[in-house]
Parts: sequence; C-alpha cells; structure tokens
Amino acid sequence: MAVKSRIVKGFISLPYNWSMGPTTTRFYEEFKNKRIMGTRCEKCNRVLIPARSFCSGCFVETTNWVQVSDEGTIRTWVLINFSYEGQPMAPPYITGIIDLDGADVGLPHFVGGVELDDLETVAKKVRIGGRVKAVWKENREGHILDIDYFKPIN
Amino acid sequence: MAQAVAIVGTGQTECGRRTDVSYPELVYEAVSRAFDDAGLVPDDIEAVVAGSMPPAMEGVNNPHLYWADAMGAGGKPLIRTATCGSTGISLAHTGFYHVASGMFDLVLVVGAEKMYEGDPQGTMATVADPFFQRPFLAGAPGIFSLQSNEWAHRYGIEEKRVRMAAAQLSVRNHDDALLNPYAHIRIKITVDDVLNSRIIAYPVRLLDVCPASDGACAVIMASERMAKKLGRPTAWIKGVGYCGEQAFFSEGDKVVWQSAINAAKSAYSQAGITNPRKDLDLAEVYNPFTFQEMLFYECFGFCDFGHGCDLVEQGVVMRGGDLPCDPSGGTLCTNPIGATGLQRVSEVVLHVTEKAGDRQIPGAKTGLAHAMGGLDQFNGIMIISSVL
Repeated sequence: MAVKSRIVKGFISLPYNWSMGPTTTRFYEEFKNKRIMGTRCEKCNRVLIPARSFCSGCFVETTNWVQVSDEGTIRTWVLINFSYEGQPMAPPYITGIIDLDGADVGLPHFVGGVELDDLETVAKKVRIGGRVKAVWKENREGHILDIDYFKPIN
Repeated sequence: MAQAVAIVGTGQTECGRRTDVSYPELVYEAVSRAFDDAGLVPDDIEAVVAGSMPPAMEGVNNPHLYWADAMGAGGKPLIRTATCGSTGISLAHTGFYHVASGMFDLVLVVGAEKMYEGDPQGTMATVADPFFQRPFLAGAPGIFSLQSNEWAHRYGIEEKRVRMAAAQLSVRNHDDALLNPYAHIRIKITVDDVLNSRIIAYPVRLLDVCPASDGACAVIMASERMAKKLGRPTAWIKGVGYCGEQAFFSEGDKVVWQSAINAAKSAYSQAGITNPRKDLDLAEVYNPFTFQEMLFYECFGFCDFGHGCDLVEQGVVMRGGDLPCDPSGGTLCTNPIGATGLQRVSEVVLHVTEKAGDRQIPGAKTGLAHAMGGLDQFNGIMIISSVL
C-alpha cells in the first residue's frame, strides 16, 4: 500500500542567558554617552572594534581603550529584500560594513536615510566609499541598536 | 602526503522537497547507493564520519546520533564534523585524515540536510554572535552580497557587465542541472529571466541564488592497499587544503580572500598543480550565488584578480570550455547544505572515473572540489584524479 508521509509540526523555543563579559559590557555602557570605543593591540597597533579583551590576530590581551569616530566610510553595502525568522525589521532595508574613522575593523550596521521607493535605482543612492554618520536613538539602553542607523553625509 | 587515499564509491539522493522520507531514511538512501557503487556492505566499514548544518536546521540536535542506523554505524567509531557551508568538504577532509593516518582502511563519509523541515535563513542568522553581528548579517544572501558588491567595486567592474556575467553563469548552471538526475532545480531559463528576476539582496536576484534543498550524499574512502584489492573504478585524493579566518566578518579582506587563496595553494602544492587552468579538467566550485563564483576563479588562480568576468565571457568555464566549472549544475541548483560539499567531491569522482553519464566531461582526469562556509569564514578544497 502506498502511504503518503505524514508531516508533524514541531516548535523549539529555548531561553538563553548570554554573558557579555566586562569588555563588551563597558563597550555598550559607552554607547549610552554616544561613544564608540575600541581597544588597541600593543603588538599589531590595530584599533579593534567592538572593543575586545584580546587581539584576534596576535592572541594577546588588549586593555588600551580608545574612542573612535561615529563617522566613517561605507566599505560595502547590501539591500535586503527577503524575509526570515528573527529579522530585525521588515524589508526592504540596507545593511553595510562601516569603516569608522580611527578603527581598523569594520562595523556591520544599517545604512538608513535612503529612499527605497525604487529598488532598481538604489545603487545610485548608496555608494561604496561614501561618508556616513551614526544616528543615535534618543533613549539608549546599551545595545548595538542604540545606533538607529548610519546616515549618508555630504 | 601520508598514506594515499582513494574514493571507491559514491551515493547521492535525488534532491528537492523530500517529504516522502524521514531524515534517517534520506541518509539511508545515499549510503545504500554508495555501498552498491563500491560493491561493499556496512560490515566492511571501519569508521564513520557524518555532518550537517547547525542542528537548529532540522530541530534534532547532534543528528549523527539519529542517523547512526542509516549509516550502519553501530559498533564503530562515529564522529561529527560541521563547519556550516563547508561541512561537506570538511567531512571529506575528515575521512581523508582517517585513512591517510593509517588508522583505517575503509571509511564511510556522510553529509545530509533536510532544509524543508526548518527555517534555513533563520538558522543561518543565528550563526552570527548575539551581541554585534546578528541583526546585520542577514542569512546567506546578505553576507555574500556584501562581498560581491565590494568585489565589483574594487576592480571597477561595471554593474551591467557583472550582472550579465552572473546571469550567464546562472543559465549555464540551470542547463547543466537538466543533465543531472540528482539536481533540485531543473528548469530551462534565459539570461533575461535572470536579469528580470526579483531582487533578493542587491545585486543578487532570485535566479542568482541557490534553493534550499533536502538531500544526502555518501562517499566511501579506502587506503591504497584496500583500493587495489577491491579492483573497482577508483579516484585518488591528490591534495587537500583548508583555511579559516577570524570570527568577525568585517575584519578580513573578502575580495582578495586569504582563506580561499590559501586552501587552493596548499591543495595545489600537494597535488603538484602549478597551472590550475591547464592542469585541471574541471572544477566543482561551490556557488550558492552566481556573483561569488567569479571571485573564487580569481582566488583559485584560474585568472588574475579582477578578471573573473572574462572567464565567463570567453566561455572558459562553460561546458566545452577550457576549464568547465560546475557541470553538475552546481550548488546554485541544488543545496542541501550539509551534503553540498560532499556532492562536489562525488561529482568530480564521477567525472574522473567516467561514470558521470549525460553530464560527463569527456576525458576528464583531474578535478577540483570546493566548498565555503561560516560567515565567509572557511574555504576547503580537494584535488581528485584518476591516477595515483
């Protein structure tokens, strides 16, 4: 007898308690004052953001805190036009990698303040190498989304 | 290199929406076919290597435990290898290490995925850390489109040109998938269909993106002594290369991409390949996104940096060209992720043993299998040849 496979619905929802560690905790405390902080590696001299407790390249501890600018350059960007579970906002929206002035590692974040009425022409409005500045939220809670988005300037 | 390692059998399932079978039944299908191909039975196997994507994909944690019976793994060492998209090539490497070490003469390697049972993009979005990157690195299309945009900009490749080359690759893959009985997406398309399809993650459009697939793949590896004793059609692993990068996506250069470059270099060096364009007869390049494939051509030394589009425009990487790539239809048309890298290996094995049927590249002796994974974090390569 040919039997059609039965499909059983399931759902897994698990709570987690993620420890940020003291370095990330301080990094986000500084966000409340609109400051983006990195740590400088004494060995390779790179300024790492977000602030790290050890260097990703040199495997040494990094304790020298430095402030970087909330302005920078778009290294690359993408227009997201599809939906998925856990998405931070409804598409379409733009994310990018921002090279902040004074930092040696890019920051992934949203690029906002760009009209998305015609997706086919979006490449004319967002430019790799274009300058952007952080738009901070009014109420900041110590979270990556305390920065609403990076806005093209000039 | 240590003890020589042969591939003496491969098995693939038909891929697509495989609601007709359970997860272990899908694995059983691939494993049975590999045993039939090698003329072996489960009792012949001494150790088993298995892997898939992060288990959130199917909602069964550590699925290799669930698959054990479907792999005949009872009473044997069983190890899980998982590196996201590169899982399949990591599995092949793990099997290789098992045999090359001299510890085992016959090893079964299995990769599988049942992506219609879960939420693939949601699962992949949780691969990123929860504090910094997760909201922005949107599943696979987001990451690879960030990379593709940077690549095209770095070399000043005009948008119209890069889109056209990507569309030609999509047509090539879809045409080739029609020749592959295991492929998932089997439709005839045109360049205009690709160019006019919906934007998923600019510049990537619907027909520039792979599907989510259900599917499994199994490979049987043997020591030289065992392979010669079996006396079956045999492919030889001539070189392996694997390289990882830092955890933060935005830290490394993803255009002149060191993990891809280094993986190719070490595999070429072991295999004695000095000119990949000349020495390779085919390449199964992992291409879930058309644009990214051209960046790989550059990192693998198929052409100079900034010239990936040329190889498409000149037909070099098409069937009948100098170095045909993805004659299986590739990852673009079939992507059960945990199995995908192993499918690349299996396909090269089929070509160099002249068992690739309608999709055979005539006279192919040596080929490259590749997969990439993580948040653009890992690249792995295997060089496979008909001669030891």
